[in-house]
Amino acid sequence: MELHSLTIHELQDMIRAGGTTATRITEAVFQRIGAVEPKVHAYIRLMKEEALAQAALADEDIKRGDIKPLTGIGVALKDLLCTRGVPTTCGSRMLQNYISPYDATVVEKLAAAGAIFIGKTNTDEFAMGSSTETSCFGPTRNPWDTDRIPGGSSGGSAAAVAADECIAAVGSDTGGSIRQPASLCGVIGFKPTYGLVSRFGLVAFASSLDQIGPLTKDVEDAAIMMNVLAGYDPRDATCVATQIPDYRKFLGRDISGWLVGIPKEYFAEGTDREVLDAVEKAVQSVEKCGARITEISLPHTKYCVAVYCIIAPAEASSNLARMDGIRYGLRAKEARDLAEVYTKSRTDGFGAEVKRRIIIGAYSLSAGYRDAYYGKASQVRTLISRDFDEAFRECDIILTPTTPTPAFKIGEKVENPLQMYLSDMFTISANLSGIPAISIPCGYTHAGLPVGVQFLAGRFEEARLLQFAAAFEKSAAVEKRRPVV
Amino acid sequence: MDFETVIGLEVHAQLLTCTKIFCGCSTAFGRPPNSLTCPVCLALPGALPVLNRKAVEFAMKMALATGCRINEQNVFARKNYFYPDLPKGYQISQDTLPLAEGGHILIEVQDGNTKIGIERIHMEEDAGKLIHDEANRASYVDLNRAGVPLIEIVSKPDLRSPAAAVHYLKSLHEILVYLEICDGNMEEGSFRCDANVSLRPRGQSTLGRRTELKNLNSFRHVQRALEYEVTRQRRLLEKGLEVEQETRLWDEAQGMTMSMRSKGEARDYRYFPEPDLVPVVIDEAWVAKVRADLPELPQARRERFVSAYGIPAYDAGVLTSDRRLADYYEDVVRLCDRPKIAANWVMGDVMRLLNEDRRGAHDCPVMPESLAEMILLIEEGVVSGKMAKEIIEQMYRTGRPPAQIIAEKGMVQITDEGELDATIAAVLEANPRQLAEYRGGRDKLFGYFVGQVMKLTGGKANPKLVNDLLKKALHHD
Amino acid sequence: MKLSAMDVEYAAGLARLEITDQEKEIFARQLNEVLLYIGSLNELDTQGVVPAAHPGGLTNVFREDEVRESLNTQEALTNAPDTRGDFFRVPKIID
Ligand SMILES: [Mg+2]
Ligand SMILES: [Zn+2]
Repeated sequence: MELHSLTIHELQDMIRAGGTTATRITEAVFQRIGAVEPKVHAYIRLMKEEALAQAALADEDIKRGDIKPLTGIGVALKDLLCTRGVPTTCGSRMLQNYISPYDATVVEKLAAAGAIFIGKTNTDEFAMGSSTETSCFGPTRNPWDTDRIPGGSSGGSAAAVAADECIAAVGSDTGGSIRQPASLCGVIGFKPTYGLVSRFGLVAFASSLDQIGPLTKDVEDAAIMMNVLAGYDPRDATCVATQIPDYRKFLGRDISGWLVGIPKEYFAEGTDREVLDAVEKAVQSVEKCGARITEISLPHTKYCVAVYCIIAPAEASSNLARMDGIRYGLRAKEARDLAEVYTKSRTDGFGAEVKRRIIIGAYSLSAGYRDAYYGKASQVRTLISRDFDEAFRECDIILTPTTPTPAFKIGEKVENPLQMYLSDMFTISANLSGIPAISIPCGYTHAGLPVGVQFLAGRFEEARLLQFAAAFEKSAAVEKRRPVV
Repeated sequence: MDFETVIGLEVHAQLLTCTKIFCGCSTAFGRPPNSLTCPVCLALPGALPVLNRKAVEFAMKMALATGCRINEQNVFARKNYFYPDLPKGYQISQDTLPLAEGGHILIEVQDGNTKIGIERIHMEEDAGKLIHDEANRASYVDLNRAGVPLIEIVSKPDLRSPAAAVHYLKSLHEILVYLEICDGNMEEGSFRCDANVSLRPRGQSTLGRRTELKNLNSFRHVQRALEYEVTRQRRLLEKGLEVEQETRLWDEAQGMTMSMRSKGEARDYRYFPEPDLVPVVIDEAWVAKVRADLPELPQARRERFVSAYGIPAYDAGVLTSDRRLADYYEDVVRLCDRPKIAANWVMGDVMRLLNEDRRGAHDCPVMPESLAEMILLIEEGVVSGKMAKEIIEQMYRTGRPPAQIIAEKGMVQITDEGELDATIAAVLEANPRQLAEYRGGRDKLFGYFVGQVMKLTGGKANPKLVNDLLKKALHHD
Repeated sequence: MKLSAMDVEYAAGLARLEITDQEKEIFARQLNEVLLYIGSLNELDTQGVVPAAHPGGLTNVFREDEVRESLNTQEALTNAPDTRGDFFRVPKIID
């Protein structure tokens, strides 16, 4: 096995045993990038020089025996995370040249844990999309089939992990933006409980839905990453002060006797047959572990996408108002007066999907419509959360498909916004209710595209969620294939 | 036709916290442009607000001082609009769940006290500052002020005249300064006012079409602008014309209000709950704690000064106009128990000396103990009133207690009867003509003899004693 | 509710976006599809349901009133497209 295809824990074991160095790992990753990146386009910006310099320092630490949880590990960052010194573009012309004067809290935490930053990964513009096609830098391609999308908006991060262009990656998830691309790229994607990971330095899409999480090659790596990412931050008022356990300690523990709910609404018509088959097999693997299966109902499921289609753009329309071409960002050259500075800069700076969402967001908050749209959606959001509260009174875990279909073709849905939004139909509920969720590979289609299964747990139950996912991973023993790029 | 004036005021007061409402930048005034900014108040991508606890407590103080009901559930909301002084493209303010509602203050008008309702008090953040450069057709943006905590105090349309509006405004100002939550500096913009003005035929209950006045930077501007606007509206209505609902700017130089039309777009602020902040829940215990911390308010204190100290209302008004001055006065009274005399000294020499130096009562070099001691020394006849005036100057300059100054300067009054008798005898002997005239019935010459005695003793003779002894001496032979 | 090209124009105006007539039509059509879908929410009786602005029930998160170091003026202005001295610069407002 080449170094770039290994997991965090495998590489850390090697480092501890003196079997490799941070520099060798980093070089291997960049070699792999050199080979596949032209076809995948997972990155907006590579940080080779900085990474090799970091690796050299890490090797000094290793020599001194100072090995931190991510020492020597090449991590890719979604380009929605602020990084000091290198541009943070959000996949937008608006911020093409923007350099943040500060690091996001998670970037600080990863650096403190020894991570080596490989680069900034591609994303739908301001995370608005499910295919990574709306990036102003062009689409990322799915390593399993480069004619297909990798999912989104953390498509760059998912593709980078799948194609071994990094060891692990960080993404953000507003309606499924970690789990959906993870599922379509055959990797693990983890969305924590809202408030577990600081959002400070994550460029906001929809503030009440956004969470940062890891994309990894296996569950153990997800636990290792969560150990680093989770925890209170006084700079984020929505970040909860709670004790963070060592998530890794829960892996390998028994899940027999756990009750797993299968919400019937997630298995209604419209989901691809091959996806359903793979998920059915996943249910069997869960049973093999001794967990019990029960059908449950989440009655407001069919309203999730509609609620999301109001709340996310409403918040986004406000969050993106700061992009005005005054303090930073694109300023239209031809703007002659202040009114034009606003309209021309924003019109040139944003792509079509972002404009679409800003407009619908502004509309749904505007005078006369606010109560009917934003107000109503916020109420239904309460009902959706209550569904989960009910369900978790009974079950330990809820199991659903992650996506209704495998990866679709580039260009297939980009002109059909509603179809695009519906590709997140199974993932959105976790954001609306704030609960943790993980997508984990559970099989392949006949064409060889990966399929993911989603597990959900109650708020702040990440330890149990990871414990369950690890048990499933072991029991299912899904064939480990590598995309041939 | 007889019209009634209806005025409502919206006051923005900057809170005296050390840091901004949502970030740790200093609120200091007058620093170089854009030197007190950070990712949060510059609205850089990814930055998040975190609420300053002290800003909430300061706002609560004002709510309690004006008799408002504090809402248990407090929610911040985004008020969305574009302007270069508003970096986020929205102001974090409060909408449907403000801090407090339904208060009032009493103001004095010609025919007694009137209750002016307070609709609501809410918390929000200040905007930055724009400097317009007409010559270069450009504006410059300084964001040092962006994010300074504000409270907005919205009155009910209860004010019936420009004078009443100014009265109300002065009362609010006095309370804010008394609470020490706002420095009240109108020039620097820490206390600002917008006014809504309309007229209606007397007896009509619905409100007339109103205009909103801005740029009212002093009490004087408020008064003049309101008077101008009331007259302008009355003339329109008398001609049968309509008042246009609009925002008007007060132009102090020209002495008139002028229409400030913003192009086309109506205000559509698209308020929604601020998702980056969590609700503030203010329970009764917290309210009680803040209430316990409230100082006595100026109006109550004024009334107490009159009733407890028996001083005239005028004196009470002067002494309570400044919280620290009132504290000073009360300290003096507590030590000497001579309320009226103390009031005279504080309002007289002490205030004069402080004003000359533009100093506040809290750092008055004449300690309350010293002033109290001096008042007692006067009463005991140790020093005369005239000497006291000199002593207080010395106390102010040196910070020393009166006894020390008296001793050093040998300023003790002559109360020795023997010494004074001898002086009187000498005066009578030296003025035989006047003595004869006095004894012949010219009573007015008594003052002349007193003057002579004082002259010989260098003003140190105890005047009362001189009086007594002189009378005895004159009627003796 | 159906969204007209005028509604699109109004909302775009609120958001300071300029859209061409062609975009207006396309956006109106696409957004109407979404709004039609959103219309399903009206099936639900939500009377008395407390709206959720947040997941989770955090309240009373504060910072203390302690001064933190600010950026220096240079750092504050470094990403700005137009500055003059220590200020951000914008063209004059024209009504
Ligand atoms: Mg206001
Ligand atoms: Zn700041």
